[in-house]
Amino acid sequence: MSEAAVALHFNVDGEDFTSAGQASVQVKKSLRQLGIDSEIIRKVSIAMYEGEINMVIHAGGGEAHVLIYEDRIEIKLDDHGPGIANIEMAMQEGWSTAPDNIRSLGFGAGMGLPNMKRYTDDMKIDSVVGEGTHIVMTVNL
Amino acid sequence: MKVNELASALRLQSITEPDGEREIDGCYIGDLLSWVMGRAQSGNVWVTIMSNINIVAVATLADVSCIVLAEGVTVEDSVKAVAEAKGVNLFTTPMTAYEIAAKIAALTV
Repeated sequence: MSEAAVALHFNVDGEDFTSAGQASVQVKKSLRQLGIDSEIIRKVSIAMYEGEINMVIHAGGGEAHVLIYEDRIEIKLDDHGPGIANIEMAMQEGWSTAPDNIRSLGFGAGMGLPNMKRYTDDMKIDSVVGEGTHIVMTVNL
Repeated sequence: MKVNELASALRLQSITEPDGEREIDGCYIGDLLSWVMGRAQSGNVWVTIMSNINIVAVATLADVSCIVLAEGVTVEDSVKAVAEAKGVNLFTTPMTAYEIAAKIAALTV
């Protein structure tokens, strides 16, 4: 396994809903500076934003690592939130446990995890109820 | 057609216009942010009635050419400031989403 050429790390603030998305926007900027193809940038930054929003809505924040290799980009999301009780249900479009105040902001449509899967070539979810969720998404270059 | 040309043709009221020279490519209407991110295409004019701060991040990530707020919706100054800083074109108009889309279609399709 080769070393990542570029590694980015972000703390996602679980308290501040208004700043959610900052990490994704920063990733987009960094990928653009690296000259990555714009469709790849779109996929990575949308998948990352959905993950970031999920961590804010459900987990009180978390950490994101973005690793850029020669042949792929990996996005790792780690939180210590409540975990996902039923991953199969959570992967269905339209299924959400987001509260009403989140829905009124335009989130909670049940599209977060499905979008993350849709925009990446591989996604692995490792979640333990009461402990947290770890997600690794890969976009091939 | 460019964003500034569309704004002029439809008499959209400019809230921010940091990148008026951006080319527009189609239109997408939606208020559920994740839905929009999953479906809107790069270059689309995004028509919505959602006006909170998160629309700026969604517009940036989905790479739409501009946001048009329908039915006279406006934003708080903080949203305007962030949109300006992130280079997101933002307009408002009294028209409904349908009227806006129909006019964009008439102009560009």
